[in-house]
Amino acid sequence: MLAFMTKRLGLAILVALTVSILAFLLLHLSGDPALALAGEGARQADIEMIRKAYGLDRPIVVQYADWLWRIMQGDFGMSVYFKTPAGPLILAKLGTTLMLGVAALGVALAVSIPLGVLAALYKGSIIDRFCLAIAVLGQALPNFFFALLLIMFFSISLRILPVSGSGTWQHFVMPAIALGYYIAPAFMRLIRAGMIEVLSADYIRTARAKGLPARTVIFKHALRNAIVPVVALAAVQLGYLLGGSVVIETIFALDGLGYLAYQSITFKDYPVMQLIVLLLSVLYVLLTLASDIANAWLDPRIRVS
Amino acid sequence: MSLTPPTTIDPTRPGAQSTQSLDSPALAAAALSGEQAVTGATDLGTRALAGAAAPGAQAAPGAPGPGSQDRGTRPSLARRIWQNKALFTGGGILLLILLIALLAPWISPHDPYVQNLANRTIPPVWSERGSWVHPLGTDQLGRDYLSRIFYGARISLLIGASVALISGIIGTVMGMAAGYFGGRVDMVVSFLVTTRLSMPVILVALATVAIVGGSLWVVILVLGLLKWDRFAVVMRSATQQVRSLEYVAAAQAAGASTWRIVRGEVLPNVVPHLIVIATLEAASAILLEASLSFLGLGVQPPLPSWGLMISEAKAYMFFSFWLISIPGTALALLIFAINLAGDGLHQFLTPQERT
Repeated sequence: MLAFMTKRLGLAILVALTVSILAFLLLHLSGDPALALAGEGARQADIEMIRKAYGLDRPIVVQYADWLWRIMQGDFGMSVYFKTPAGPLILAKLGTTLMLGVAALGVALAVSIPLGVLAALYKGSIIDRFCLAIAVLGQALPNFFFALLLIMFFSISLRILPVSGSGTWQHFVMPAIALGYYIAPAFMRLIRAGMIEVLSADYIRTARAKGLPARTVIFKHALRNAIVPVVALAAVQLGYLLGGSVVIETIFALDGLGYLAYQSITFKDYPVMQLIVLLLSVLYVLLTLASDIANAWLDPRIRVS
Repeated sequence: MSLTPPTTIDPTRPGAQSTQSLDSPALAAAALSGEQAVTGATDLGTRALAGAAAPGAQAAPGAPGPGSQDRGTRPSLARRIWQNKALFTGGGILLLILLIALLAPWISPHDPYVQNLANRTIPPVWSERGSWVHPLGTDQLGRDYLSRIFYGARISLLIGASVALISGIIGTVMGMAAGYFGGRVDMVVSFLVTTRLSMPVILVALATVAIVGGSLWVVILVLGLLKWDRFAVVMRSATQQVRSLEYVAAAQAAGASTWRIVRGEVLPNVVPHLIVIATLEAASAILLEASLSFLGLGVQPPLPSWGLMISEAKAYMFFSFWLISIPGTALALLIFAINLAGDGLHQFLTPQERT
């Protein structure tokens, strides 16, 4: 177990370092980052000044090392647009986005578990086909379009939910649905496949033969085992949800990391943009690491190979 | 049977489980995660992936490649397509959209770029104030909506096809190299896939487009360079599978060069998987482009990208709902058709993997 964890941790660190290089290089895609920061139509003198101020006249390797060194020490630089330190700015928004991610995951599980179990219990029936149809149709709907439909329905027609903002829990309802419905089909299929496999296992037959009520067999014996891969997946999906929140938070003007990312991109606030790319990637690395270790712990077969 | 040869160190999966259909949690999660979920076809992709990655439990000769034994007794090709409802329906809708895209200049009732401020936001023909002059009405600048939808199909299909082509070439080369050579090559490719998966596609794409400047070709290039991961993952396991078959060993024994084996023995057998993944990635790319354009950092006006049309009409949606519902429906229909066709193709091309 220890050897597996060390190996896995080493890989995670290596990936995180590579990601940091890529995030750093993003700004240099334009050719001249000083020009990109100054914006179009800037005077040559201003560009030179920015080049000096940001240390962009140094060799690129030195710039990267300096950037990473500062980040490791907790110095995240300044936001060009908000004129405040970038670190606290990002951390203040992280909570909102994490909350949205968890809520979206909750929506996805609340939809996918009942449907997945139903589809597995009535495999091949009209119910199964109906669940499949929902999955296929749901996946065809772009999430930003679905978000607008939600606004039309809940805010304009029913007038029960606020269109945008992030003050209360009501502000999270539509974003969580818009973000969560999309991953529900994946969970549903996984649960369906898992349930079908588990339901034919010997211990389920034993449980049934003992005369246990169907409900106990399905939920206590079968679902508990069918849901293991889903738990593993959930950790990783949360990582995706963090990235996917860019579109959804922007539509609902939900004041989280995704909206900040969009703002930093449109306001050319590149230091903040780089940090968010780095932060979300590292979060993803950590989540997969945690998920793999949890899986190895649950399933000894993984550790041995 | 384990898919991973014992000598291979594989960072993307902690271990090979022979019984589970989703080979390893990390690999399955990786395939499911990230932009795929933003962009669609997650479940279908998983199924395709599971199909490619899983048959560890099966006997090896069940590997890819449409069955060759009982060709004589099988129904005809047309009949098989007709019987495969997913392929028939999905392919049919897709073909129709393709025709519309190709014939757009001839079948569009108006020029999609000509503005007419006197005729702004005319509703579609089925509403009271609509008329057959503008069957789908006009937008906030008085442009004919039907013509813009027709021309928008061109953009979506172009994006889907080009991105699938670019990322398909990158991913196939990487995946096949990893699967064929194993060892160090496999380690490097797996590391690259892991790294690529950890970066949120939509964010990196947005940032890149913002820095480099948005245009149709920039979007295609950025997405093409970002979306090779699933190709690499699937091609890797499909190649591993084929490589372990006896006829590859026979070809090696006969002294065939690596290139010749890859081209002659391996590639033809992984093509079915390649086609399935290409359809799913095309759908995913179309959705990503729509999202980027919706956020204003994709295809630029006045091009009639469906995502951009929804974005531009957002401010008018309360009074002119059709302005967002029409391009939204078009987008959903196209993605639905591609996913359905991909699912059908999967059954059609790799029938032995159906459960």
